[in-house]
Amino acid sequence: MTAPATHVLMPALSPKMKSGTLVRWLVEEGAAVAAGDILAEVETDKATMEVEAAESGVLLRRLAAEGENVAVGAPIAAIAPAPRPAPAAAPTAKAKTAPERARPRLTVREALRQALAEEMRRDPDVFLLGEEIGAYQGSFRVTQGLLEEFGPKRVVDAPIVEHAFAGLGVGAAFAGLKPVIEFMSFNFVLQALDHIVNSAAKTLYMSGGALNCPIVFRGPNGASARVGAQHAQDYAAWFAHVPGLKVVAPYTAADAKGLLKAAIRDPNPVVFLEHERLYGESFDAPDDPEALVDIGVAAIARRGEDATLVAFSRGVALALQAAEQLAGRGVNVEVVDLRTLRPLDMGCVLESVGRTGRCVVVEEGWPRGGIGAEIAARLMEEAFEKLRAPVRRVTAKDVPAPYAANLEEMARPQLGDVLAALEAVLHSGFKRSGCLFT
Amino acid sequence: MATQPHAGDRRAEFMASDLLSSLRAMLFIRRFEERAGQMFAMGLIGGFCHLCIGQEAIALGMRQAARPGDPFIASYRMHGHLLAAGADPAAVMAELAGRRDGLSRGKGGSIHMFAPELDFYGGHGIVAAQASIGTGLAFASAYRGDGKVCMTFLGDGAADQGQFAESLAMAHRWSLPIVYVIENNRGDDWNRPALADRGAAFRIPGEEVDGMCLASVRDAGARALEWARAGHGPTLLEMRTQRYRGHSEAEPGKYRGGDKKLAPAPDPIERLRTEILDAGLAGEAELRRMDAEIRMRVADAAEAASRGAEPVRADLMTDILL
Repeated sequence: MTAPATHVLMPALSPKMKSGTLVRWLVEEGAAVAAGDILAEVETDKATMEVEAAESGVLLRRLAAEGENVAVGAPIAAIAPAPRPAPAAAPTAKAKTAPERARPRLTVREALRQALAEEMRRDPDVFLLGEEIGAYQGSFRVTQGLLEEFGPKRVVDAPIVEHAFAGLGVGAAFAGLKPVIEFMSFNFVLQALDHIVNSAAKTLYMSGGALNCPIVFRGPNGASARVGAQHAQDYAAWFAHVPGLKVVAPYTAADAKGLLKAAIRDPNPVVFLEHERLYGESFDAPDDPEALVDIGVAAIARRGEDATLVAFSRGVALALQAAEQLAGRGVNVEVVDLRTLRPLDMGCVLESVGRTGRCVVVEEGWPRGGIGAEIAARLMEEAFEKLRAPVRRVTAKDVPAPYAANLEEMARPQLGDVLAALEAVLHSGFKRSGCLFT
Repeated sequence: MATQPHAGDRRAEFMASDLLSSLRAMLFIRRFEERAGQMFAMGLIGGFCHLCIGQEAIALGMRQAARPGDPFIASYRMHGHLLAAGADPAAVMAELAGRRDGLSRGKGGSIHMFAPELDFYGGHGIVAAQASIGTGLAFASAYRGDGKVCMTFLGDGAADQGQFAESLAMAHRWSLPIVYVIENNRGDDWNRPALADRGAAFRIPGEEVDGMCLASVRDAGARALEWARAGHGPTLLEMRTQRYRGHSEAEPGKYRGGDKKLAPAPDPIERLRTEILDAGLAGEAELRRMDAEIRMRVADAAEAASRGAEPVRADLMTDILL
């Protein structure tokens, strides 16, 4: 009498979506489900969706684990038709705030969310304000579930007024609160730049130390896929230019968490640059989940002695890839993850380049006046005699980000660009015997 | 030599609302600003110096209507607001002169002074920046439920800035405890529609007020503050006023060409003086003594500022980060 089980398939949340991540199961195996019950949450970088049961029955088996990436159209669950009507009070867990399971790996998105939640639990003066961060759960799901835990007073959905809500944040910080202002994308930050620079960064100095501004401006910065020139700019160098700001751009999940917690506790304005294409990346979870990471301290992401790659944010991934490739050829490249761009940990860079004598800086921003330009200049000023080859920069091309897939790819720093730059610094050295270098 | 009252006394001096105290307070702001204008002409004050001569009743009337603890925030035309908050005039004058004893240790200047301990949050040099920041001060009061109401002062020019409209949208959305006070000194346009109506789309009540009359300012201010304190949200007060000097001391405002169209509005200080004399609260001689005493205090502050030491080299790189 048992009818065959039906499969619940991974839905496509967008026409281009190839796969999605099963974030959370809401129904246990063996539980009765009614048509329309929410079985699980599925997520991409852009959206989260609840998967419903198409018919009533019993959830026979979960065919995908939490955290697993599943191709669109592949089965995620099997449902057997119910032998009898489902019990009136089916124990379907619809609660969206299931406790986080302990896992050794952590995505950057989860790391940021944990940092926000932990700091909000710790300090009632911390509040979040931005577009779509509450009811919509965050454009990139970083703030998912926070409205439910902390309520609308502390997770504030703002109207689309970047200029004034940046200023509002500054005023709240002047009054002693700890605002965390989210930009849906840092590409909208030009609307708000006046308050970040003129109001937040300069007031401590202009007031002779009388008034500080403990605020965090955070959100995804830099490249995204196929969004064109106005939504894919890297602002790292812009903010790193400004005295009075701290500027953070982490790569790993542990750094994202520890640095965001440190940023929220910092008495100064902090610009916290995230990366859309890192949100879903998994890293080892921090050993101590409560640990802060000091702002202004770089990390050695990989040891090596033949050359130094300096990078930050997603550029570190490219640097590590390049280092891995060269390792296969017996060349050991050190990778410095700057983590903070202001204050800049030149001590770490100088120490590394002092050993290797060769340096390539990788960034996704434009070349003119970039982070790489700054580091190259500082190395020339402070370590000229240690350099065995001219410092090279790998950057985005000096054009607005194009839309066409091939042009977009060409405009971004590529693995090949990093390898070529490494090749150049490894094989084209200064001649040290000349009179200039005796 | 006149003695310097300490901050508490100074504050009380500006909050007492009897006629004689009010006259003394407005006259103090007037004489301070006149002196600042002279200091500018003598080259002792550099760059900017935006005086509020003619607009004194607004700073004082709102101060008298407020409660201690209510935050104030203003534009670059803010010496009067700062003095009304109870700031030490010697420290303000020293800042104008770029001295180390200045309120901002000589690093801010005329348009960048702050006194958070007196609930005064600047002093903002970007037109209408204080509209958003003041909305944030009000947000903080709502967040804490501390019953404070923020007074945000802006000029008629700032009322055209986009962020003012954005601020109204948020103040309305969250029903924030804030009073936007537009000091309409009719910078560029006599015929523009009433600025008090700028909040109408948000149902934010607005009122046109005679900004040259201390009692009118104080009464309208008290109503708006009470409205906000009762949880009804923002109000917009358009203070019709007249500035007797140019936009800044570096720019005498000839462009206004308004002298033909602009009949001088009655001086708020003269009005109060006449009222006092008519009521027999003081005689001419007593008021002249009051003026002389104020001039002496201002002269002392100016003298100290002129002689004050400039910041030292070590000051250059401090106060950037905490």
